[in-house]
Amino acid sequence: MIHIEDMCKVYRMGDIEVRALDHVSLRVDAHEFVAVVGPSGSGKSTLMNMIGCLDTPTSGRYLLDGMEVSSMNDNQLADIRNFKIGFIFQGFNLLQKLNALENVELPLIYQGIHARERMERAAEALELVGLGDRLFHRPSELSGGQQQRVAIARALVSKPPIILADEPTGNLDTKSGADIMRMLKELHVKGNTIVLITHDKEVAMQAKRMIRIQDGKICDDRAVV
Amino acid sequence: MGFLQAYKMAVKSIRSNKVRSFLTMLGVIIGVGSVIAAVGFAQGSTKSITDTIQGMGTNLIQISITGRNSNRNVTYEDLAAFAAENSEEITAVAPQVNAAMTVKHGTKNTETSINGTSPEYETIRNVHVQAGRFLLQLDVDYMQKVAVLGTAVVNELFEDADPIGQSVKINGQVFKVVGILEEKENGQTDSQDDQVIIPVTVAQRLGRATVIRNFAVQAATPEAVDSVMSKLNSFLEKIYKDTSTFRVFNQAQMLSTLNNVTGTMTVVLAGIAAISLIVGGIGIMNIMLVSVTERTREIGIRKAIGAKKRNIMVQFLIEAVIVTGIGGLLGVAVGVSVIRFVIGIMDIVPEVYSIPWILLSFGISLIIGVLFGLFPAYKAASMNPIEALRAE
Repeated sequence: MIHIEDMCKVYRMGDIEVRALDHVSLRVDAHEFVAVVGPSGSGKSTLMNMIGCLDTPTSGRYLLDGMEVSSMNDNQLADIRNFKIGFIFQGFNLLQKLNALENVELPLIYQGIHARERMERAAEALELVGLGDRLFHRPSELSGGQQQRVAIARALVSKPPIILADEPTGNLDTKSGADIMRMLKELHVKGNTIVLITHDKEVAMQAKRMIRIQDGKICDDRAVV
Repeated sequence: MGFLQAYKMAVKSIRSNKVRSFLTMLGVIIGVGSVIAAVGFAQGSTKSITDTIQGMGTNLIQISITGRNSNRNVTYEDLAAFAAENSEEITAVAPQVNAAMTVKHGTKNTETSINGTSPEYETIRNVHVQAGRFLLQLDVDYMQKVAVLGTAVVNELFEDADPIGQSVKINGQVFKVVGILEEKENGQTDSQDDQVIIPVTVAQRLGRATVIRNFAVQAATPEAVDSVMSKLNSFLEKIYKDTSTFRVFNQAQMLSTLNNVTGTMTVVLAGIAAISLIVGGIGIMNIMLVSVTERTREIGIRKAIGAKKRNIMVQFLIEAVIVTGIGGLLGVAVGVSVIRFVIGIMDIVPEVYSIPWILLSFGISLIIGVLFGLFPAYKAASMNPIEALRAE
């Protein structure tokens, strides 16, 4: 599913070169539940941007679902993000002016899907995360946990092969965080591939496989027991 | 993503920022409104001047015989025959014998201009009767002593009584009043209203004038005026063998000079107003740029979940075009109201609504929306999603 080979990402800050990713190779198969852990500045955010096709690597290859992503242009990357990846962010990243339903519809709009089908699928996705009765609430009218569930519905609605969650519990209280993790585990059981990025070991332990990253290198990769 | 969807998004965003959207529009409203009002005013003034000139008679050519010729003079019959030959270009010819004479009724009398002519004069010079009748060909042929009075003469001689059917004395001869002319200049003395029209044949005998020195010729269309003039020149040259003994002139020359002046005035006024339209456009660009900065995060989210550059660009562009489009429409309404209620009611100049200028200024406002929306839209579309997502 995800096949990264010898990937480097180098940032230039004046004269200083920062090697955010240093010859990283990684393989994630379908139906895996992987947690990427590491302290801040370790390069895990960069890795997440790479996996999420939000950025292009300096060198190395990236095959996503059999497609060569590393050489794609902006428009192609937008399509990959749209069809292949469902994002869940730490800060929810919902559009405040749209209600829950409209927020979930958004990825489908960019796929050019008609209004009726869009609404049905968005409502279905919200139903799935237990917000069937909150379709027309705006993010400001929802709790943090509910907002994150809207974000999960948005990530699921276009049925992408990969769900990419960046610190999904970081802004939530313990109970809501646990809810979200339970939901992710359910999604995994249903067959979704999930990549979870976190600095919280407790959270990471709930995945099936844990990859530890430090100074731009993978220093540990093992199954969670 | 369809156009309709982009339109819906744009409307949503405009509506969620009502005050700001309105203030943005204001520049366009004032711009479009002032272009339309300025052009309306300029064209109104043009109209009032051309109306005056055309009131003297459209397509009018004057012939005046200034010298003498031993052999023969051009007669009314000569010109009538010439007109019949060129009937496609000449619609009418009227002779004119003018003299200043005293007109009497009862004990009252007034010095006025006696105008001996034929029935054609009515259409050629655009002088119509408000009561009674104009001259008839019979009056001319049988030398009937009938008179059509201008309102200034009526005011002098008749006070409140109805002059039609009454008699007046011109140079001692008795004339029957058959008609009263329409008032053109408030019945003032020494104006077009201060005249008496009588049959040309009668006027010739009254003034002992064997030669008719003035003719009015009406061309069929303004375009025919030049060609008729040159034909008249060569026709008269054949008779007189000398170009200095006659003169052919018209009012079209005057009109075209005038049109040049007022045309320039229209363009200058519209140009000044157009500057405010451009200022309005810059206002839109300014607000749109602020909006892009403000919505950086929104753009980042949209891009992260799959919006292409084009989608973002179209969204912002449509927003700009809708704002200017609505502004443009309101501007048209403002401009038309200014013409209707300010220029119209104050009666400064006639109300003129120039459809081409209305469409043009509205079109320009839309173009301004596109042009000044383009840069902010491009800026928004080119944002790096990672950085945009990090923005607060």
